[in-house]
Amino acid sequence: MATKKFMFVNRKAPYGTVYALESLEVVLISAAFDQDVSLAFIDDGVYQITKGQDTTTIGQKNFSKAYKALGDYDISKLYVEKESLAERGLTQDDLMDLVWEDEDDDWAEKSSIIIVSREEMAAIMAEQEVTLSF
Amino acid sequence: MAMLHIVNKSPFEKVTFDSCLGHASAGDSILMIEDAAVGAIDGTAFADKLKAAMADKSVYVLAGDLTARGLSEDRIIDGIKTVDYAGFVDLTADNETTQSWL
Repeated sequence: MATKKFMFVNRKAPYGTVYALESLEVVLISAAFDQDVSLAFIDDGVYQITKGQDTTTIGQKNFSKAYKALGDYDISKLYVEKESLAERGLTQDDLMDLVWEDEDDDWAEKSSIIIVSREEMAAIMAEQEVTLSF
Repeated sequence: MAMLHIVNKSPFEKVTFDSCLGHASAGDSILMIEDAAVGAIDGTAFADKLKAAMADKSVYVLAGDLTARGLSEDRIIDGIKTVDYAGFVDLTADNETTQSWL
């Protein structure tokens, strides 16, 4: 099967709706098909990967830890939009430390989070062969 | 690669439409369906943003969603093209990729 560039666009906060969890499930499935997968976090989607999430009092499973597994599935491009963070009073320090191991560089641990401007995000989106929006 | 962006949320209720305009590239097409159809009307608080995007992008609205909301085609912004369901299919075929903004 030919490899295609897949992008999953995440625009909603977690827990209030099921979109974030459903996106994560599909992302993990797509990894099994050896595709060139990247994720975009824009608008409220940036809240999906904040650190320190605690869902004990809302009766829902905290699925934020699952994002840490993405690196093990060769998903190492998590584009986060700078403007979306800034509009919400957030910086990269508020996000989870998501990493992958580069086998071509003696398994060095590298950050999966790539902060990009809205303009850069638009250009990355334009390169995709398949875009799935959540 | 030219992309068809499909939007179905009113620009007066959600930021989805705004976000689409901020991420569409020159040469892309934007199709308004369902509640997004209200964004096609001229003279609204959203109209200037859409007109600015139309400088380098093509904009379409699904006619049935306008009439369903009591909006006649003569009220839409000059340059927006109306399409029916067959036209919707043509747009998906004419563009290399599509993105449905949720």
